Amino acid sequence: MTEPQTQPLAQTLPPADSDGPAEATNPIREAIAEAISQHPVLLFMKGTPEQPACGFSARTVGALQTLGASFAAVDVLPDPRIRQELSALSQWPTIPQLFLNGELVGGCDIVTEMYESGELATALGIESGPGEPGASDAPASDSPGPAPLQVENRLP
Amino acid sequence: MPDSEQIKRRIEDGIPGARAEVEDFTGGGDHFQATVTAAAFDGLSRIEQHRLVYAVFGDEIGGPIHALSLKTKTE
Repeated sequence: MTEPQTQPLAQTLPPADSDGPAEATNPIREAIAEAISQHPVLLFMKGTPEQPACGFSARTVGALQTLGASFAAVDVLPDPRIRQELSALSQWPTIPQLFLNGELVGGCDIVTEMYESGELATALGIESGPGEPGASDAPASDSPGPAPLQVENRLP
Repeated sequence: MPDSEQIKRRIEDGIPGARAEVEDFTGGGDHFQATVTAAAFDGLSRIEQHRLVYAVFGDEIGGPIHALSLKTKTE
């Protein structure tokens, strides 16, 4: 089993009564939805790309990195609510979850299949096949501010 | 704790016409790998196919069944 080994980011999560116009809504779910809409390639994972805390997350990161994709990552471990809300939102029970342009692509199995078939590179708009270090472009500069999720931008 | 045979039976019972091959990945009864073939997958995206299989187990996925690795085929 995995062991959370990251900083206690949970502290950055807003309290239940956080301000904002919407009272009856769920701030964590909103933050997740916002992150998904803001990042064209977003991976929810256990641990970080440098230190994945689960083999499935590690394999998914590996596929993206091998393709030279730049992606943002969210560690779901710091607060169990992130995972609960994510799964409720995506209707997908497991971690990792890869989103492309706001759409769930799948978990480790689907990403691996798509990587092997070349579909992942196509979906990511990457020309070079697996193995070739893709030309990385566009330094991502998203800084979502004091969002309740820590989104890290990952460049190859 | 579920074993491969139970996982297989539940998938086949849960999805009409499905055939499943299930392996216990680690031998620990919580990481399974299943290849599921079902006509019911026809016309569904991969995501939807996997969701159909996950739906058989509900909350057990991520709980007692830590991981169910899937490969789905139509026929």
